[in-house]
Amino acid sequence: MVKKVLVLGSGALKIGEAGEFDYSGAQALKALREEGVQTVLLNPNIATVQTSEGVADKVYFLPVTPQFTEQVIKQERPDGLLLAFGGQTALNCGVELHRSGVLEKYGVKVLGTPVQAIIETEDRELFVQKLDEIGVKTIKSHAASTPEEAMEAARMVGFPVIVRAAYALGGLGSGFCEDEDQLQKTVAKAFNFSPQVLIEKSLKGWKEIEYEVVRDRYDNCITVCNMENFDPLGIHTGESIVVAPSQTLSNREYHFLRKKAIDIVRHIGIVGECNVQYAFSPDGDDYRVIEVNARLSRSSALASKATGYPLAFVAAKLALGYGLFELKNAVTGSTPAFFEPALDYVVCKIPRWDLGKFKGVSRELGSSMKSVGEVMAIGRCFEEALQKGLRMIGQGANGFVCNKPYKTEDLDYALSNPTDTRIFAIAAAFESGYSIDRINALTHIDKWFLDRLANIESCYRQMEETGSLAQMSAEDLRRAKQLGFSDVQIGRVFGEKELTVRKFRESMGLRPHIRRIDTLAAEFPSDTNYLYLTYNAVEDDCRPEGGAVIVLGSGAYRIGSSVEFDWCGVNAVNTVRRSGRKAVMINFNPETVSTDFDCCDRLYFDELSFETVMDICGFEKPEGVIVSVGGQIPNNLALPLAEAGIPLMGTGASDIDRAEDRRKFSAIVDKLGIDQPRWSELTDMEGVHKFISEVGYPVLVRPSYVLSGAAMNVCHSDSQLKEFLDLAVEVSDEHPVVISSFIQRCKEIECDAVADCGKVLFAAISEHIEFAGVHSGDATIQFPARRIYAVTAARIRKVASAIARELNITGPFNIQFLSKGDSLKVIECNLRASRSFPFVSKVMGINMIELATKAMLGESPEAVTADPFALEYTGIKCSQFSFSRLNQADPVSGVDMASTGEVGCLGDSTAEALLKGMLSVGYRIPQKAVLMSSGDALQKADLLNACKLLVAKGLKIYATGGTWQYLDENGIPATKVLWPDEARADKPEGTRAGTPATDLIRHHEVDLVVNIPKNLSANELERGYKVRRAAVDFNVPLLTDSRLAAAFIDAFCTLPESALAIKSRDEYGE
Amino acid sequence: MMNRKKAKLLLQNGRCFEGYSFGYDGATSGEIVFSTAMVGYPESLTDPSYSGQILCVTYPLVGNYGVPQEEWDSFGIRTTFESDRIQARGLIISDYSETYSHYDARTSLEEWLKEEKVPGICGVDTRALTRIIRDSGAMLGKIVPEGAEEPQWYNPDNENQVALASCSEPRVYGEGEKTVVLVDCGVKHRILHCLASRGVKVVQVPWDYDFNSLEWDGLMISNGPGNPSLCTKTVENIRKAYNGDKPIFGICMGNQLMSLAAGASTYKLKYGHRGHNQPVRLCGSNHCYITSQNHGFAVDTQTLDKEWEPHFINLNDGTNEGIRHRSKPFFSVQFHPEASSGPLDTEFLFDKFIELL
Repeated sequence: MVKKVLVLGSGALKIGEAGEFDYSGAQALKALREEGVQTVLLNPNIATVQTSEGVADKVYFLPVTPQFTEQVIKQERPDGLLLAFGGQTALNCGVELHRSGVLEKYGVKVLGTPVQAIIETEDRELFVQKLDEIGVKTIKSHAASTPEEAMEAARMVGFPVIVRAAYALGGLGSGFCEDEDQLQKTVAKAFNFSPQVLIEKSLKGWKEIEYEVVRDRYDNCITVCNMENFDPLGIHTGESIVVAPSQTLSNREYHFLRKKAIDIVRHIGIVGECNVQYAFSPDGDDYRVIEVNARLSRSSALASKATGYPLAFVAAKLALGYGLFELKNAVTGSTPAFFEPALDYVVCKIPRWDLGKFKGVSRELGSSMKSVGEVMAIGRCFEEALQKGLRMIGQGANGFVCNKPYKTEDLDYALSNPTDTRIFAIAAAFESGYSIDRINALTHIDKWFLDRLANIESCYRQMEETGSLAQMSAEDLRRAKQLGFSDVQIGRVFGEKELTVRKFRESMGLRPHIRRIDTLAAEFPSDTNYLYLTYNAVEDDCRPEGGAVIVLGSGAYRIGSSVEFDWCGVNAVNTVRRSGRKAVMINFNPETVSTDFDCCDRLYFDELSFETVMDICGFEKPEGVIVSVGGQIPNNLALPLAEAGIPLMGTGASDIDRAEDRRKFSAIVDKLGIDQPRWSELTDMEGVHKFISEVGYPVLVRPSYVLSGAAMNVCHSDSQLKEFLDLAVEVSDEHPVVISSFIQRCKEIECDAVADCGKVLFAAISEHIEFAGVHSGDATIQFPARRIYAVTAARIRKVASAIARELNITGPFNIQFLSKGDSLKVIECNLRASRSFPFVSKVMGINMIELATKAMLGESPEAVTADPFALEYTGIKCSQFSFSRLNQADPVSGVDMASTGEVGCLGDSTAEALLKGMLSVGYRIPQKAVLMSSGDALQKADLLNACKLLVAKGLKIYATGGTWQYLDENGIPATKVLWPDEARADKPEGTRAGTPATDLIRHHEVDLVVNIPKNLSANELERGYKVRRAAVDFNVPLLTDSRLAAAFIDAFCTLPESALAIKSRDEYGE
Repeated sequence: MMNRKKAKLLLQNGRCFEGYSFGYDGATSGEIVFSTAMVGYPESLTDPSYSGQILCVTYPLVGNYGVPQEEWDSFGIRTTFESDRIQARGLIISDYSETYSHYDARTSLEEWLKEEKVPGICGVDTRALTRIIRDSGAMLGKIVPEGAEEPQWYNPDNENQVALASCSEPRVYGEGEKTVVLVDCGVKHRILHCLASRGVKVVQVPWDYDFNSLEWDGLMISNGPGNPSLCTKTVENIRKAYNGDKPIFGICMGNQLMSLAAGASTYKLKYGHRGHNQPVRLCGSNHCYITSQNHGFAVDTQTLDKEWEPHFINLNDGTNEGIRHRSKPFFSVQFHPEASSGPLDTEFLFDKFIELL
């Protein structure tokens, strides 16, 4: 047995690589520690559970790159390496280390699936060859350089075919061809983009099916679960609604594909977990293997949660050499891990998109991922699961029906060209009288699914015909609840309030029943704590825990609420359990650690809605409910729950409301004599203009109750204001808009704190590197703050104390400040844990959630005496953006949050921590040249010194017009290049002066792009857009903020990469 | 809102579940058993092992893919169903899929049940029901649609179900140099297919047929319904066959009959094995398999004759999953290597048997 194992994490959360790897890695680490193996974790994602104290023996907050991994290996000398638990990032890094001989050099053995097998699944050509060996069909591409070759290839694979232009980005020149005629036309076009086209058999409309396979070193195999995509092939599985188990496969089909999956896994030689994805023809037994993932994946996390089978935990044990039959089924505790779960429910996964947050992004879904999170809903019929799921994604839907009207100009187009809202286009189609056949023809979604949706629609219509709620019979109401209608939804049918429906329902004795997920469909008794609610049951599977503490989780990951709140939830649960109480978690996000049933005494995998939380509270009769560790979803429930008589732990609901409600909070701030930017809540345009004439532009425009700055924008002029309000917000009595004066070039400071009965126990002050105006979720944050005046820090503490006292805070809270010169203004206050709690806690070495939870439990913890400003090291949190996944989106950060994840790194200096952080989120230190467009005069000045440093370091600078002139005036040599709109065809020969900036990027002649928009006006953004987008599309690092750009350039110019210390968390502050 | 006639499911212990009538509009009674399989209702319903029983499917969504076309292989054996008709006396499910979607479907589950005059009940909390059955081991039940007369309890153990399910005349399938005699205790078609497709001549004989009077190279004892102790004739015949050296292979009921013939006794399991996910281990090896199972009795290996040893064991509860002779080519399994429905992982046992001929 190995003694010491290095586990590679997946770094920051990004589109395509999200919280599922925190869950996988945390499970793997648990499995290793259980065996007494020493564990070392390399992962800069400081917000994760796996990087918490007590999960791994040692944690390195460093980039998961071959260079840093080698350094860690050199220092730690592990004998084993786990690659399968950190997504593609870890896998790629491991393969690279294998190829370069590093693993051999240090005698590190890759545990589990051998590297060779990984390579064979990753390399398309090898993969096809490998599966050909056992006669398994794959999707093959045929390259053609002439129209004749293309035709020949198409005839060979058979129509319909897909034509793809090779080496072309964004699908340019691709097309679907039904026959030879279409092919000729498409190919002619494709050759305009590329010298080569690829011909593939089109599998349009085929089903997409996945199997999760586990194999041990004795060649024993099981399939833990299969899953079927609701959306047919063509939409990435991460973008599809997915159900488990499959719904439309017969026994013969199910087991045909299952057997193939096992054959494949055996042939490749997987030891551990593996995902096999199929395209399966709906009209016969034809299939293709789409891909095989020789590692834990999003699907495996989903399968684990869908079945209760802990795939990652088992895979880690198998990697250590165990056989499946030697391991226990974690759910039953007595039977072995060699078995296949039998489900007696159906789960439905629905992706969560945030495309509305990106300017210019295409909303059409295709073969690449755009979603930022997902939910899993459990029911005893598909309708119930789907409707729950559509509510869980948290984008305002009440279910499949009873939503805001679906707006589209062309419903047929909306059905046949899937976007993030297609499911609602289907609802609209039913409403418009489309037949199932017609919807099927347009969407290719299997009629079985469409029939189930029609069931929901028809139940809705029948309710409508009933006329009033009072006339609903108990049987009809039960039927609606069984089909997943929520109280709100039923209320909408009859124009009744949710509480009215609830009362009516309760008067009929109708409530959901509690069901266990036990992996064996009740075949044997099992005392599991993994639960969900359903109306398709007549009795409960268990008794109330009684007197437990319920912790509300954070729901779907989205921009603005992500793994950091999972960390908060898990730590709250841990603290509750350590206090001797039972902890109950409610959450529905399959990518999380908090939904691991091992984590708590009881897990309700269900909605975080008023209705469901009330139902659970009604059953469990808890001692109290914690609403302040799961972000905004539970926070918003505080008031209604309290009004319904549910005991909340921590700060009172009315005080939470006083902080949330802008007017109330503003009055408090005024009363306490604290300064704030001028603001007004307005309900008509006249008022808007009057207010602006008083405060002047720029102004910040936003709606009430926001978490991640949804629909928030800075406007610099009347025209911008008009444009924004027309497009983004309705202004009315019902939807007032909040306008506040926006102060430019001012510092933003955060205070994360914990209080007990109004007395602050600990306050952590951090500052943004960027000026205010970059959303705090996108900003680069330094903790402890290093560049604020002592008097500012003192005043922040004073303000925090005053607010804590005034709102009688017990638990976590966060206040955001603006500071310019010696002025200090409060801009926001949340009486809940903030995004930066894990970062601050881990940098400081003080678990603020533990502290807050103890306070909420009434344990009166001691105040923390340690002074953050005395830390001899510094922490920097950097944001991860996923623009490369979001076709056409403008990669610029502003007041609306756009980042999908973050990392936190430590260093002995700010520069060191920043450099580690930037490298962790994918920046590379330029070796050749930098393209500079440095914004307005002040921003140009911010970057002047940085440009000098670049030149001194021997890097070439290319600059666009204004910047070039500025640099020239300041004696900094640079080459002038053109904006794309200035570029002319007749540029002078032999000079770069006429080169469009985008060409430099396309040819990788620059390896860093600094592009600072002067402001967020349409014209200004438009000009730089092509340059920024080119940088993203051609994978050249891009910086759009002058302060961050200056700090980054300063860091890599003054500090060589080799000087970055390879130190584990424990080595700081020793 | 549910446009269906109501129906009741009555249990012997006095419990009543309410649901809706589907399939044949009539009452039925029998022994309620459950299966945790998530696919394969056409195969299960036609499996003769369910003769005399009312099947409760624990997976809540049923009927999704309708009922397939009838198909036959080149030997004239049905490939889509396990026998010529629905064998179960009734069907209990939670969520009936009113519409189905499958390229191969001939009709809906409901229509098929009507054609075969088999009553069903849907809208039942099948998990609650399963918990009752698993704890009682066996439970008689009745499905009674609104307005229908309540039938008498029907206990399948009071009748020799094997005799009901078995063929009455010998039949021959396929051809080949070697001949396998198949003792039909209620054989599934897939077993016939697994043998015939391996190039042997299969002679299917009734359960009480004196097969020792025939010439054969191998003997197969099939699966079947009900209580093995009622098949004394078969057991006697098997005991005689043990005197020879030719390969014998038993499946499910076949395992129990071979065990009885080998002197062992059987006992009722606390919790039966019913589904597609049963793990077994080949004794003396690290090889494990996922199997399809449907039985409530197990062989007590302590009582086996010394000539015999355990072949497979169940990884969940350590119970016996098959026996083998220490020196002669006789072996049996409690699970279903022919699958249908279920996983195909142990079909290699047929190859092993054929190799021995």
